[in-house]
Amino acid sequence: MSNPTDLRYTASHEWVKTEADGTITVGITDHAQELLGDMVFVEAPAAGRKLKAGEECAVVESVKAAADVYAPVAGEVTAANADLDNAPEAINNEPYGAWIFKMKPDNAADVAALMDAAAYQAHVDSEAH
Amino acid sequence: MTLKTTPLNAAHRAMGAKMVDFGGWDMPVNYGSQIDEHHQVRNDCGMFDVCHMRVVDAKGDGVRAFLRYLLANNADKLTVPGKALYSAMLRPEGGVIDDLIIYFMTEQWFRIVVNAGTADKDIAWMKQQATTRAPQLTITSRDDLAMVAVQGPNARTKVWQVLPQTKAATEHLVNFQAADCGEYFIARTGYTGEDGFEVMLPKEKVEAFWYDLNKAGVKPIGLGARDTLRLEAGMNLYGQDMDETVGPLESGLAWTVDLKSERDFIGKAALLANPPSSKLVGLVLLDRGVLRGHQKVVTPHGDGEITSGTFSPTLEKSIALARAPKDVQIGDTVQVVIRDKMLAAQVVKYPFARNGKGLI
Repeated sequence: MSNPTDLRYTASHEWVKTEADGTITVGITDHAQELLGDMVFVEAPAAGRKLKAGEECAVVESVKAAADVYAPVAGEVTAANADLDNAPEAINNEPYGAWIFKMKPDNAADVAALMDAAAYQAHVDSEAH
Repeated sequence: MTLKTTPLNAAHRAMGAKMVDFGGWDMPVNYGSQIDEHHQVRNDCGMFDVCHMRVVDAKGDGVRAFLRYLLANNADKLTVPGKALYSAMLRPEGGVIDDLIIYFMTEQWFRIVVNAGTADKDIAWMKQQATTRAPQLTITSRDDLAMVAVQGPNARTKVWQVLPQTKAATEHLVNFQAADCGEYFIARTGYTGEDGFEVMLPKEKVEAFWYDLNKAGVKPIGLGARDTLRLEAGMNLYGQDMDETVGPLESGLAWTVDLKSERDFIGKAALLANPPSSKLVGLVLLDRGVLRGHQKVVTPHGDGEITSGTFSPTLEKSIALARAPKDVQIGDTVQVVIRDKMLAAQVVKYPFARNGKGLI
């Protein structure tokens, strides 16, 4: 699966979508779900929680392992995806649809500074070596 | 360090396996979805590359008497040729060197299957003990043999489809019994809690056997599902649920240790002198989350630790084996420390699942 070009990406394998109202939606990339395998549990941050850029804020667990999800930028959590409570496998089936949380960034420019799809792919390729 | 490979390495890659370093071996962790592979074995059948495990033949006069002294379980329980016995092999101080299966073939020949990571250590220990107790024995590591486990309710039928010449010799086998069919040594044993066979055969034949099974509809299963299947079945994993620092009575293996008979065996005196203060218990997580090895377990009788934890695909709950203070009882609710939270788990009697069904 190729990485959608309308998203931004982090080195820790989160994807970030900027919504029309300026909030952002965050999930983990296809590469990340592929590495982790079958998802069985997701713990998302509560709405209202203030996050620093790079802060551990969610956990995704596969049968194999637990992995932290990091805040891509500083801001405040506005929503968590409750659908994942009963269907964590949605992250495997549809990594770019199964979002984990939404947040309001403190600074929109922080989002623009994240990697684009091509830069993220180069990052994944470099990690493979 | 170069990883060791089994004769099926190329076949795994051709079948789309994701390969991982498993104790120095380049092994398949899954071929797609680990959960699908798990259900495949519980509901139909699947095949596992277990060539990394080691087959050891102990031959000569007095082999039974030697094993009676070497192992915590009693080789005298084996009276019917082909019958198998699960046992721990202990240090004199009582710690577990390895867990293994012995097959009684004749009074001159017992076959032993040991874990991959401990094989060299095990064989060195056996030979050292034999030097003084039974120097007439030959103890041979059968590096010429490969092993494939075919497991699941339909496993035996599939093996007979591929090796019809072995059917007559193996269809009467009861659970934990093996037959020597010339090139193929076929045992009704496994590590999944399902029916099936473990097949030992010459290394150069194993790739063809693997592909023939696959053509017959047997899917390859990775180490990921092997771990969830064995944990649901309540089977220990050496190095995780036990090692040389703990004894069999702290590891859920009291049923394999015979302390009542007159028989002496290595480790017996230590076990009698040191009654266990802890035991292995089953846990089912009541809250949301996933139990993992090394998480702390808080009980009214003191703290314990999870030795193996996972998500159970059969129960769709998280389950674990944990070493807990001996006064913890089935039915108790305990707390497990997961990251910054204390989550509730119930102490249960395990196995958690076998023969296609959840038991909790």
